[in-house]
Amino acid sequence: MLTSIVVEKVGKRFGEHRALAGVEVEFTAGSVCALLGPNGAGKTTLLGILSTLVRATAGTVGYLDGTARRPIDDRLRADIGLLAHTSLCYGELTAVENLEFFATLYGLADGPARGRALLAEVGLEAPAWTRPVRTYSRGMVQRLALARALLARPSLLLLDEPFTGLDRGGAMALGARLGQAKADGAIVVCVTHDLEAIAGVTDHVVVLRRGKLACDQRQAAGYSYAELRDHYHRHAD
Amino acid sequence: MKRILVPGLAALAAAGLAVTLYLIFYWAPLERTLNFNQKIFYWHVPNWFMLFSMVFLCGGASIGYLVKRDARWDDVAHAAGQLAVLFGAIGLITGSIWGKAAWGHWWKWELRLTTSLILWLTMLGYALVRRFAGAGSERLAAGLAVFGVVNVPLVYFAVKLADSLGQASAHPKTQVVAKLTAEMKTTFQLSVVTFMLLGAALLLVRVGAIRDERRLRELRERGLDAGILDS
Amino acid sequence: MRFFRLVAAVAGKDLKVELRSREILYTMGLFAAVIVVVFSFAFVKDQTALVEAVPGVAWAAVVFAGTIGLGRAFDREREGDTMRALLLAPAPRLAVFAGKTVAVTVLVVAVEAVVLPLCLLFFNLDLGTAIFDLALVLVLGAIGFATVGTVFAAMLLRTQSRDVLLPVVLYPILVPMIMAGTKATAAILAADGGDAWFWIKFLAAYDAAFAVAALWTFEALVIE
Repeated sequence: MLTSIVVEKVGKRFGEHRALAGVEVEFTAGSVCALLGPNGAGKTTLLGILSTLVRATAGTVGYLDGTARRPIDDRLRADIGLLAHTSLCYGELTAVENLEFFATLYGLADGPARGRALLAEVGLEAPAWTRPVRTYSRGMVQRLALARALLARPSLLLLDEPFTGLDRGGAMALGARLGQAKADGAIVVCVTHDLEAIAGVTDHVVVLRRGKLACDQRQAAGYSYAELRDHYHRHAD
Repeated sequence: MKRILVPGLAALAAAGLAVTLYLIFYWAPLERTLNFNQKIFYWHVPNWFMLFSMVFLCGGASIGYLVKRDARWDDVAHAAGQLAVLFGAIGLITGSIWGKAAWGHWWKWELRLTTSLILWLTMLGYALVRRFAGAGSERLAAGLAVFGVVNVPLVYFAVKLADSLGQASAHPKTQVVAKLTAEMKTTFQLSVVTFMLLGAALLLVRVGAIRDERRLRELRERGLDAGILDS
Repeated sequence: MRFFRLVAAVAGKDLKVELRSREILYTMGLFAAVIVVVFSFAFVKDQTALVEAVPGVAWAAVVFAGTIGLGRAFDREREGDTMRALLLAPAPRLAVFAGKTVAVTVLVVAVEAVVLPLCLLFFNLDLGTAIFDLALVLVLGAIGFATVGTVFAAMLLRTQSRDVLLPVVLYPILVPMIMAGTKATAAILAADGGDAWFWIKFLAAYDAAFAVAALWTFEALVIE
């Protein structure tokens, strides 16, 4: 279980191009953070660093369990669920086969059953479960990607534009699902432009602008759509 | 000390080249079977020595880099890799000329030629990786150097066994080196020392240049990371 | 135990994907067949192809087609960005790449199953039971190719111009294997059992040497 993530003076450079510089922020358990900013602000890069897949060129990220710092190893990676721009699934395999494969990699004892339960939960209709993923629509792929991210019951959930391709009902249901993860005590970090869908569940707003931190605010009661929009326009433009 | 080391080595190498040229053409006697053609041997063989020295230096420094993760090892490996390509090219060209004179063929699939050619191709691949693989390819290059060095004995034995099962090999060595006179031996030894000095001078210059490039890049990267510089 | 289950899962996944699309098998197989046809055509004398060319033709076809398959097996992990999913999973990376090695070995053996009959056909060969010796040689070659190839493909994963760099760095390292393979093939064609057996042992030693080298350097080279 992770209780908080402390990002200290994190910078990331791709060769000569600077994506992030001096970012300091803390994410806590039982909270949903909306990570906002214009295109190219470094949101996806920060998510990549949090997922351990991208190595920061400056600064450190501390994964804390209480006061103990956890090493970056397989046990830590088992606690991280990632929903990326791409599906992270195999197009030639079916939804069920994809989830069973990843369940094996994560060493889940209840793999097949857990996969089916999640597919039902994210609202992927049963006839599609045994069709190859390459035949799916954008929204169906997004639902499968969410199921994949939730598969190992992660205590750190990282989502990059999760509402893309979902209809309004699907987006609202996903927002509610994030609220449930928050109630379960997970750390949720969500990059999004869909402020309406995430309003209500989010209680932490971080805005990045040109690789630097422009805003880092919390509000225990949560933010409304109007408040989120206000923050975004004040700090990102 | 450092300031005079490179010019000193370069001056010694230059003097050595001049002296060996004189010795090769005016002092060492003509070899009986190959006559004048044998003269190329004095420069050909030291170049192969330098190819192998540079390859093993590159492999050793790469292991050092993989174990210690200190970029200074990588600078040495990088420079040695480049020089291995250079000395190998000279060795291949002089070897072909000699081969034409001794065997009547520019090229023969013979034990040492084949091994050296494969090794040289590996080092060319190494140089290409360093040039084109982009940022973060240091460890790939180091791994390639290690695999290349491991591969040397395998190639050598494969060719040797193929030869011993088929026809015998005929490198000029059997006809020349065994019959060296005292003058020839002295000239050859001086050539070897000269090329070692030349190799050392070139290596120091290249390591210095590569290290400076890396330090400059690191400084710039630190500036970018700290947000002082803009890209 | 868990390690081998993971290897089997990754290899099984790769093969299942391939059996669904059959893209690599068809393209690799056709490419290898074209190489055999073109080369046997190049070595024709008095309307029959020279038997001396068989070892070179067969191994050139296997190595070139194998490189295509190797490249595609890793490209495929880039399509849904699944390479990131594999690296993010709490499974030893060694198991992931061992699984890919197994899958690539199977693909190369499948290509060899195309190359061998074509060589027999175009070069008018009748091997009798020696065909089993030749099959053993080809399988050992496939294992060596997949072992060394997977390490290099994995190292090149995140670099630029990997498509052209892969053969450039891979082939010199494969030289002893190609040499042993062609010599063994030639010995089998000449019905020289002693020489053939010697080169089969050499191939096995090459496979073992590079399997150990790959295991030993893998952590240092691939893992970030």
